[in-house]
Amino acid sequence: MSVDLVETNPSGNQAATLPTPFLKWFGEKGWQPRAHQLELLARAQGGENMLLIAPTGAGKTLAGFLPALTDLVTRGKIPPGSAFTGIHTLYISPLKALTVDIERNLMKPVTEMGLAVTVENRTGDTPQSKRQRQKLTPPDILLTTPEQVALLLANKEAGRFFKDLKYVVLDELHSLVTSKRGHLLSLGLARLRKHAPKMQTIGLSATVADPMDLQRWLVPQGENPAPPAGLVHVTGGAAPDITILGTETRIPWSGHVSTYAIPEVYEEIRRHTTTLIFVNTRFQAELLFQSLWTINEDNLPIALHHGSLDAGQRRKVEAAMADNRLRAVVATSTLDMGLDWGDIDLVVHVGAPKGASRLAQRIGRANHRMDEPSKAILVPANRFEVMECQAALDANYLGAQDTPPVGEGALDVLAQHVLGMACAEPFDPVELYDEITSALPYAGLSWETFERIVDFVATGGYALRSYERYAKIRKQEDGRWRVSNPQIAQQYRMNLGTIVEAAELNVRLVKRNAKGTLGRGGMSLGKVEEYFLEQLVQGDTFLFAGKVLRFEGIRENECLVSNAHSLDPKVPAYAGGKFPLTTYLADQVRAMLAEPERRANLPDQVRDWLNIQLERSMLPKQDELLIETFPRGKRFFMIAYCFEGRLAHQTLGMLLTRRLERLGARPLGFVATDYSLAIWGLNDLGAMIADGSLSLSDLFDEDMLGDDLEAWLDESYMLKRTFRNCAVISGLIERRHPGKEKTGRQVTVSTDLIYDVLRSHEPDHVLLEATRRDAASGLLDIGRLGDMLSRIKGHITHRDLDRVSPLAVPIMLEIGKEQVPGEAQDAVLQEAADELIAEAGLSTVSVGDRPSP
Amino acid sequence: MHRLGLSPRTIVTGQPTGAEEILVHGIAAVCDPLGGLYLPETQTLVVSDLHLEKGAAFARRGMMLPPYDTIATLNILNAVIARYEPKLVVSLGDNFHDRSGSEHLPADLRKMITDMARGRDWIWINGNHDPDGTTDLPGISSDELLYGGLVFRHEPRLISAKGEIAGHLHPAATVRRREKSVRRPCFASDGHRLLMPAFGVLTGGLDLRHRAMQGLFKQETLVAHLLGRDRIYSVRYGSLMG
Repeated sequence: MSVDLVETNPSGNQAATLPTPFLKWFGEKGWQPRAHQLELLARAQGGENMLLIAPTGAGKTLAGFLPALTDLVTRGKIPPGSAFTGIHTLYISPLKALTVDIERNLMKPVTEMGLAVTVENRTGDTPQSKRQRQKLTPPDILLTTPEQVALLLANKEAGRFFKDLKYVVLDELHSLVTSKRGHLLSLGLARLRKHAPKMQTIGLSATVADPMDLQRWLVPQGENPAPPAGLVHVTGGAAPDITILGTETRIPWSGHVSTYAIPEVYEEIRRHTTTLIFVNTRFQAELLFQSLWTINEDNLPIALHHGSLDAGQRRKVEAAMADNRLRAVVATSTLDMGLDWGDIDLVVHVGAPKGASRLAQRIGRANHRMDEPSKAILVPANRFEVMECQAALDANYLGAQDTPPVGEGALDVLAQHVLGMACAEPFDPVELYDEITSALPYAGLSWETFERIVDFVATGGYALRSYERYAKIRKQEDGRWRVSNPQIAQQYRMNLGTIVEAAELNVRLVKRNAKGTLGRGGMSLGKVEEYFLEQLVQGDTFLFAGKVLRFEGIRENECLVSNAHSLDPKVPAYAGGKFPLTTYLADQVRAMLAEPERRANLPDQVRDWLNIQLERSMLPKQDELLIETFPRGKRFFMIAYCFEGRLAHQTLGMLLTRRLERLGARPLGFVATDYSLAIWGLNDLGAMIADGSLSLSDLFDEDMLGDDLEAWLDESYMLKRTFRNCAVISGLIERRHPGKEKTGRQVTVSTDLIYDVLRSHEPDHVLLEATRRDAASGLLDIGRLGDMLSRIKGHITHRDLDRVSPLAVPIMLEIGKEQVPGEAQDAVLQEAADELIAEAGLSTVSVGDRPSP
Repeated sequence: MHRLGLSPRTIVTGQPTGAEEILVHGIAAVCDPLGGLYLPETQTLVVSDLHLEKGAAFARRGMMLPPYDTIATLNILNAVIARYEPKLVVSLGDNFHDRSGSEHLPADLRKMITDMARGRDWIWINGNHDPDGTTDLPGISSDELLYGGLVFRHEPRLISAKGEIAGHLHPAATVRRREKSVRRPCFASDGHRLLMPAFGVLTGGLDLRHRAMQGLFKQETLVAHLLGRDRIYSVRYGSLMG
């Protein structure tokens, strides 16, 4: 093969030993093992834990399995009648589908070489009988997910099952480590090491910003950390051919859906064999899919794929894709990861990629061969996105990476794990603490926090110790903690996992019969989040599963819809990007604004726009925060160009409006995009700044992250959402209870109410602490906001304008489209009540004016 | 869809400000924003679905919900009793979240109830969660009460509805104006009968448009009296959101 591979660690004196069947097999295929495959093999055989970073198509999977396969061949078949042998190799991937895919790909060489190696997968879909059998006669190689590993470890037989474990292969490690699933998995690895002290880890990853993070993640930490995993870094391959879609049409000022470019995208689909079209959100996917079909005169087979669609429908699309029966698939991140989907020769990315690494990953979906360049077209949805796309494109050539770092381990996950460990066997707290802190995400966990978590698992961890007699785990006389009864273990098994689905309702397509009543049965289209349905009233139309549907109502736990016979969905889908702009891309966009030469590659329309901005106002320097104020209509506006992503801007907007309120500026509302924040109010903010009654440096002072943040957090619905996740993951609330299906009312209890009660009676409870920690890094992005506030200190420039500036146009157009999650609930009630009184001449049924009984 | 969190009530002491007086079967009734119904003629205070010790009931099943719900609910009850100083308190069933709730009630909470009941009569109507009555608490237990021209029971009946005050269903209603919607527990009355909002702090709500509510009311005259922070908001059924 003529692949230009650059090895960072050329294998020196370590020679890999490939057994004869392998050499023969490679020979028959006319292949040669690649240098990085051999290096990984040699170093793994030498006893190192390893990390392989390589682009798609570099033969990563085979590389990851070679140490296991060669070792198994050397070992040979286990003679019947031998003592119990546990599994030899564990392969863990974030996707169920990937384990199935890998089984197929792995079985091919295994069968062709005639190796006596058994390979099986085990996921949530695996039948109970097969799982039981796997425990009795384990395969040599087990392909599975992080949740299944946790389940196996919580079993009493875990020690026996894992005692012979030699290798753990972790696929798509870069995507796993930053999530709660990654935290759970890191704890699982720590336990696996206890069962099989000599086991080695092999991580497989796409390019990441900081490989050392992963190298340390793969080995035990603690007081005497093991040397970081060895690194084999394959770079190179052909540079991707990426362009930004050139268009004759005007690029929109705002919005996220790129409908202006549909004809051009369609044209590209016609010109290529198979096109994969990535978008950031499900709603973008829906809209784009529908728009493509309205102009699909050639009836090209174009399909839709996103996580909310019915699993059966998704499988159909996947199968058609693998058989090359489709010309295009519109997809969300469900197709991000390393599945093999036929011969894709073009990737179209609609909307800005929001992150350079994400873009590189998605582009890697095209042309699964390293020696051919992947071809990709970026379709920005608005003018800011043009800059963002340009920045991402520069980054892809530069090989810059902006994957997030491995964060601190979540406490709710820790609580789940502690209960799991008690289910496996009684644990000694000191031993368990040492084991847990050997996992990188928990290396900094204090003994005190650990004790609080154990207490939480046992009785809820409340200061009012009234649940001692109901404790889930109890301390025995020897100091070990055990589960109180076998039912606790059953409950644990039913509720394990770290992915909390948003409350979702099944969407069922029904027909109206002749009498106008709704039929039963009908096709299930997929699932929709409850919060979206709450906005709908009967008769509203919306886009889902590529159809315009009419909302008919909710029956039991299902959302009933009928065909709308209309092309125009009435309810605008929430169009904000799912991922916030990464810090890296934000930096690049700021640089582009600051340095004229960086703008050279931008399309004329976008450059002209920025030039007019220079004339009317200014463009901020790289580290400067530009604030513009201007009047419009009867309102006064303040725009802050922070470029810190939507989440951080939302938090900033909440905090600034609170402060402005206090300062008497009478703010009315705000809206946030990835690039800027607009606040409007009744008082002239520009004049207040001019006469000194409003100081921008005070307004943007870091101290807003203190009391103001605390005060707001207490009310924030976002915190309640975060709390819900923590409550479920930590086991405070069960998703499922043995013998009880959650139907009907009152069986369950609202986490919002629990939150309110807990907050007012025990505000420093460990679960509230876990919630705040989560929110700070997640939905509220407080960390990033803090970084920005300290960066812009002394670098705020204010321009008071007499009218809206060119740079402000995009966000001004967002106003009214997106609702600000408000706190003024009673005001809405008041308004509703008053309006109704006025309209209907009824209903404040006050004394003397009441309907007769 | 039907189990959304409802906003916590703020205890405003002193004279009722935003209460709403209505007629049920010709008898005056004051809907209080704290969730109680006061009947001036008989000086009776009605509360429903306290679900005391709900946290403990869950803890018995392995879910360690905060053990503070009972005290929070009793604090609100205390405030509403102080507001009207009723001669009789009727707790309309599901007083405790499960059968063993009143038996295992911690002593300090039991004392709170005893103090509240001093100098007045107290009737515990049995609910489906606590059909066996209460243990070691002041007052008497009963399945039903006929008093002052009204009938008090936990579960509403489809027939013989006139003058019935019932609970059980946890009615809540949603109003929407512009893009915002607000959902609150409510009193629901068509002038003939009345359905009480659930009083306990850990109780959810069931939408007034849910089919479990169907057939109970005359829709043309049905009004939802939503609990606001310090007043009642009355909205006609047809103007509510489903």
